[in-house]
Amino acid sequence: MTEFPAFPRRLAAPATLSRRNLLRGAAALGGVAALSALPGAARAQSGLTVGFIYVGPRDDFGYNQSHAAGAAAVKAMEGVTVVEEENVPETQDVQKSMESMINLDGATLIFPTSFGYFDPHILALAPKYTDVRFQHCGGLWAADKHPANVGSYFGYIGMGQYLNGIAAGHASVTKKIGFVAAKPIPQVLLNINSFLLGARSVDPAITCQVIFTGEWSLAVKEAEATNALVDAGCDVITCHVDGPKVVVETAAGRGAFVCGYHADQTALAPEKYLTGAEWNWAKVYTDMVTATMAGEAIPNFVRGGLAEGFIKMSPLGPAVPEAGRAQFEAVKAEIEKGGFSVIKGPLKDNQGNVVAADGEAFLETDPVLEGMGYLVEGVIGSTS
Amino acid sequence: MAVVEAQVTGGGAMAALRRAEPVVIPVLALLAGLAVFALFLLTQGQSPAAFFGYVWQGAFGSVFSWMNTLSRAAPLLLAALCVALPARLGLVVIGGEGAIVLGGLAAGALALPLAGVPSAVGLPLMALAAMAVGAVWIGMAGALRHYRGVNETISSLLLAYIAIALMNHLVEGPLRDPASLNKPSTAPLADGLQVGMLPGMEVHWGLAFGILACILAWVVIERTRWGFAARIAGGNVRAAEVQGLPVGRLILGFTALGGACAGLAGFFEVAAVHGSANASLAAGYGYTGILIAFLARHNGLAILPVAVLLAGFDASSGLIQRRMDLPDATMQVLQGIVFMAILMSDAAYGRLPFFKARG
Repeated sequence: MTEFPAFPRRLAAPATLSRRNLLRGAAALGGVAALSALPGAARAQSGLTVGFIYVGPRDDFGYNQSHAAGAAAVKAMEGVTVVEEENVPETQDVQKSMESMINLDGATLIFPTSFGYFDPHILALAPKYTDVRFQHCGGLWAADKHPANVGSYFGYIGMGQYLNGIAAGHASVTKKIGFVAAKPIPQVLLNINSFLLGARSVDPAITCQVIFTGEWSLAVKEAEATNALVDAGCDVITCHVDGPKVVVETAAGRGAFVCGYHADQTALAPEKYLTGAEWNWAKVYTDMVTATMAGEAIPNFVRGGLAEGFIKMSPLGPAVPEAGRAQFEAVKAEIEKGGFSVIKGPLKDNQGNVVAADGEAFLETDPVLEGMGYLVEGVIGSTS
Repeated sequence: MAVVEAQVTGGGAMAALRRAEPVVIPVLALLAGLAVFALFLLTQGQSPAAFFGYVWQGAFGSVFSWMNTLSRAAPLLLAALCVALPARLGLVVIGGEGAIVLGGLAAGALALPLAGVPSAVGLPLMALAAMAVGAVWIGMAGALRHYRGVNETISSLLLAYIAIALMNHLVEGPLRDPASLNKPSTAPLADGLQVGMLPGMEVHWGLAFGILACILAWVVIERTRWGFAARIAGGNVRAAEVQGLPVGRLILGFTALGGACAGLAGFFEVAAVHGSANASLAAGYGYTGILIAFLARHNGLAILPVAVLLAGFDASSGLIQRRMDLPDATMQVLQGIVFMAILMSDAAYGRLPFFKARG
């Protein structure tokens, strides 16, 4: 919502101007009696009503689409009604959207999926609606600070970027890979570092150039950054922005390989797509809804990685060489076994400071990683 | 004026009709816009009756819906004034978003220095800082216009982009609270520096100040000599200069006043909603304000109902998405059609036979 309002992004479903539709609409227009019957009464329902709120469009080939796919899986469950809202900004709007779902739709389980919804919005509403469960994606719920009817969940997708890096390391010829990033915050920095370290596990000479666009969704800058990286000689590009569509299409259009993020972008560049780090919210959400319907409590703090099915990898593309496939599968199996560390010593940041001493290793579950503030050696770029 | 005409045409009824024209024409245009939108819905195979039913339910149908609508209207009132005040001078300022963002940032930046200060001192200081920053920002567009002849529409819009970039830089850099990891923000406001809700309502105090500002703006424009001078200059700059009106000072004053209103909106966003300044300040209120000001024909009092109407559309948007499975762009289509209809209705003034003096 930061850009000047442009022409509406999408119109409604394919326009089907048939005579039947016209007649049906006209009948509805005439039937004022229908008005009183339609909106007033709350929806008749016996089961659970679950609300999903997205910060962007739900077909963005990225973050929001990954959550919408999870919502679609919940929608298919028996006895569950799903209500959704897209393009809800991180302002009082989201508080009103949540309240509207509670008051008008009877939602008792809500998934506000954007990080910025947590503080102050969810925290302001939760004490008022203690019967409603607020499940927030990405937040750091703490028992001493936050209400008991709030929970947070997230996935260790940095591992996915490490596997992306392995595929990239095998595909790269120039030994330079590129990363289009939104903001220099811990989650993003961990992804950049993981991507490079994955590639360096193939060839330690590889460097990764990063460009920050400054916004979660800013198509023009994403395209410019992608072009700049390709111009600088990077031949594999990945990203961490809300909707990777622009980056994937621009990079593939310039002849570079791409690794995906958030959702499967194979369809956008079938020949150039190597693999991608995807969220698997369908599993997470159906599990949580199943637990709620069974009367069980969802733990307030939930995290998971590849092994727990929170994240998954896109199918490997045709451009990944045989050696790359073998290493990719082997490391993936290793990660799924547990105990695998991407950030391990000896490791320096790109300013020369030691971030992990020899013998020191941080598991993906280590909370230290959720406060990451550096780019590792080999990443060309700066956090400020 | 109405009195004079009444005497000329010889009837009080005629004067009432004259006065009704600026109300009747926009209402008719609104209805026409809604009718066109209803046709659009029919082409999509959707029921207009259901749509408007949900709009009513989501925006005005219950106490909760009213609270939803009014809390969305609060920032829009002040944002619209940022457009409406300079507009009476003939200036089209569309960069209010920048003043909102920087006003909010100024308020957020004071969180730490004012941490121990009582609210009776701290809150006015924050509000004044926000208004001062907003006034300088939009005043800059006015100054560029007056001293350098730079088009204020373009400069204010570009200034808005600079403001957002500046805010991002400061929030992610020098003013960042180290504890705000994944959403860089300024330090959280102390409890005493937060603005609460209006008594008995779930709407923050920004609404009351917005309404007050709209009324004051109307009084200034319609009932003071500065407002009169501004309207003269807006009608014809040359004539105003010939009359010895201080056009330059009027331009600087009214752009700064508009900017101060937007800055105040930013203050309320931080002090009443977010509790700190961060990228969420750029929520697009400044741009919705343009729409409202134009629909209200830059009249402070007319901004009140128009802002409530647009806020109501916004408040019902979620219900439309959830019940009719329409994308959120539906509301943008509706707003666009209504906007066009009301702008086109400008051509109808003085032309509808109904309002014409007979004989």
